[in-house]
Amino acid sequence: MIWLTWRQFRGSAALMGAVLALVGLVLVLTGPGMAAEYSKGLSNCLANGFCDRFYNDFFDRYQQPFLGVTLVVLVLPALIGFFWGAPLITRELENGTHLLVWNQSVTRSRWLAVKLLVIGLTVMAATCLLGLAVTWWSDPLDKSAADGWALMSPLVFDARGIVPMAYAGFAFVLGITTGLLIGRTLPAMAVTLLIFVGLQLAVPMLVRPHFQAPISANVALSGGNVEGFNRDPGGMGLKLRDQIPTDAGAWVLTNHLVNPQGRKLADGEVFPLTPEGDKACTPLSPSQVGQGDPMGACFAELNRLGYRQAATYHPTRSFWLFQGIETGIYAALTIALTWLCFWWIRRRSS
Amino acid sequence: MNSVLVAQDLGKRYGRRWALRDCSLEIPAGHVVGLVGPNGAGKTTLLKLAAGQLVPSEGRLTVLGGQPDGSASQLAKVGFVAQDTPAYSGLSVEEHLRLGARLNPGWDAELARDRIAKLGLDPRQRAGKLSGGQRAQLALTLGLAKRPELLILDEPVASLDPLARREFLQGLMEAVVDHDFSVVLSSHLVSDLERTCDYLIVLIGSRVQVAGEVDKLLSTHHRLTGPRRDHLPSDQHVVSATHTDRQSTFVIRTDSPIHDPSWAVTQLTLEDLVLAYMATPGRVHAGPTLEVQR
Amino acid sequence: MIRFHLDGRSGVSPYMQLKQQVRHALRLGLLREGDQLPTVKDVVAQLAINPNTVLKAYRELEHDGLIAARPGLGTFVTRTLTDTSLSAHAPLRRELERWMAKARSAGLDDESIEALFMTTFRAGAQEDIA
Repeated sequence: MIWLTWRQFRGSAALMGAVLALVGLVLVLTGPGMAAEYSKGLSNCLANGFCDRFYNDFFDRYQQPFLGVTLVVLVLPALIGFFWGAPLITRELENGTHLLVWNQSVTRSRWLAVKLLVIGLTVMAATCLLGLAVTWWSDPLDKSAADGWALMSPLVFDARGIVPMAYAGFAFVLGITTGLLIGRTLPAMAVTLLIFVGLQLAVPMLVRPHFQAPISANVALSGGNVEGFNRDPGGMGLKLRDQIPTDAGAWVLTNHLVNPQGRKLADGEVFPLTPEGDKACTPLSPSQVGQGDPMGACFAELNRLGYRQAATYHPTRSFWLFQGIETGIYAALTIALTWLCFWWIRRRSS
Repeated sequence: MNSVLVAQDLGKRYGRRWALRDCSLEIPAGHVVGLVGPNGAGKTTLLKLAAGQLVPSEGRLTVLGGQPDGSASQLAKVGFVAQDTPAYSGLSVEEHLRLGARLNPGWDAELARDRIAKLGLDPRQRAGKLSGGQRAQLALTLGLAKRPELLILDEPVASLDPLARREFLQGLMEAVVDHDFSVVLSSHLVSDLERTCDYLIVLIGSRVQVAGEVDKLLSTHHRLTGPRRDHLPSDQHVVSATHTDRQSTFVIRTDSPIHDPSWAVTQLTLEDLVLAYMATPGRVHAGPTLEVQR
Repeated sequence: MIRFHLDGRSGVSPYMQLKQQVRHALRLGLLREGDQLPTVKDVVAQLAINPNTVLKAYRELEHDGLIAARPGLGTFVTRTLTDTSLSAHAPLRRELERWMAKARSAGLDDESIEALFMTTFRAGAQEDIA
């Protein structure tokens, strides 16, 4: 049975192996250079005491490979469910070959078990390897991530660590389940994709924020959490980044500017400035800007007055906890679907 | 005599539609059994029930002394060649044999190899490139090399040309001589079964109309032609009756000789016999199954 | 060795046809004592028929004392049906040919000759039975 499963699967496995080997090669070839560049740049900027610009430049330079690699890891589980899971059994049902194989001296349960185990474990091993390799490769980038690409933010989190493995295993079993229940390849593929994408959107939006109580903090303003100024005759407005300056990888859930009285200001809402503040916050001409923070004086004044970023967020240190919980949830779903598959195939009327 | 298949009030329902109902049968071992009936009569359902591919909705079914429940030991005893003889188009002939060897404890590798060689099939040929006849032979080889006690074939020759049909049945009959197993094969054409079967089951409208040894069926069924009459003696079971204003023609089943001199009595061929039952599908011919349960 | 064939349209059951063909061959001297009959497998393979059909035909021929199965060797003819009658065939055929010539000269066509022969033959056969 293992032989037959492998014989039917080896073409797809070879294809996936080739793609993974290629991605792996690219990661191994570029990873060390990128890490060296990062540590060199970091020590340079730390000497100046201002690293925001280095982070921005570094991330900008590698943004395309970063997005590309992240996308591959994000899409791979869906592809596995779509192209491998759903047709795995429907193809047999459509060609009638299930009647051939179900009439050898092998029970249907064993047939299904071997298919699930051999292919499922291969898929999970491959995606696990890929997920960890990408996590290693993108470590410098994740540390200097730009606003919106924080390590803990939904899209990046989904493409790091061990959750890709959990997604792939789930998508594969989901494909098999829809295939068994629906019996025809194309509808099964469509339903698999729909359910998987729906779940991939629903979990980060509705479930993942509650894995742990988020941290609430009032954070001093700096280039790390302020994206831009808006000078106005009546004072100035600030636009905040969804980022915590001391924790670039944090997943910011809520984010507000609060005034010294503790009132939340709307995004970009104009507040009056003291004369000192007005002076400190007037933009300098490029010639006056040195290696330091051009807005350092302004932030110092605003912080002195008591303006703060009030944010709730999940910190980067919760990464592996969240990975564990998320993997556990998908593992439970996968096991439930597997059970459904076995229950169904035992009582299926072909 | 041992029975390969015993069915009691067997029925299978898909939703509200009964594909098979009130099926009571006892097929003795050592026969080549023909299951004949029009398309949609429930032949495939009965065969799939026997092979353990379906679960009965009602009644009881015993095949070779066990429940056809899809367990490995039961599967090993019963071979099944499905309709249109499916094969993995991407796998070669040789790989199909390997599949059989890996999945069947009782696999007869020599039989399989010899048959493939005798058929002149290239072991490296992919099944997808075989002709219909060759693919059917491959499926038959898989079924035979499993060395089952009962081999079930669902319309195995329906899609084959006459030559391939003959070659297929030749191979099957040869294997019966060599390996001594029971066979049940279905067809909607009596002519496919006439030579090969010594036991016949007529299944029409999801019900078994008649079942028994072919010789016995032929010797107990007669066509009576004579002056118009509406009633026959009670020991003569009427299978079909047609009347003109002067003349009556009956097909009857009886164990006793016919003495009435007013009848012209003629023998039926197997095809006549089946057609007579097909002509009156509504009627329930209760007797024959009792006759079988000696 | 003889080769069997089956006529699907004759209405005669296959095992009867096999039996008749053996008897026919014995009568015409095509099969003689000690000749071997095809094995069951050979007949089955050649005609694609049920082995029980062949077995039944052979069993009845054996019961009639015409053939005998020798385990491991095959089935052999033990008695011929030609003994006395074969020598009489030639003169009888000549007489029949003379009769047919007479019938032609009397104006009968082939169809009429055949009909006359068959009715006479059947009537004679019925008298024998009665």
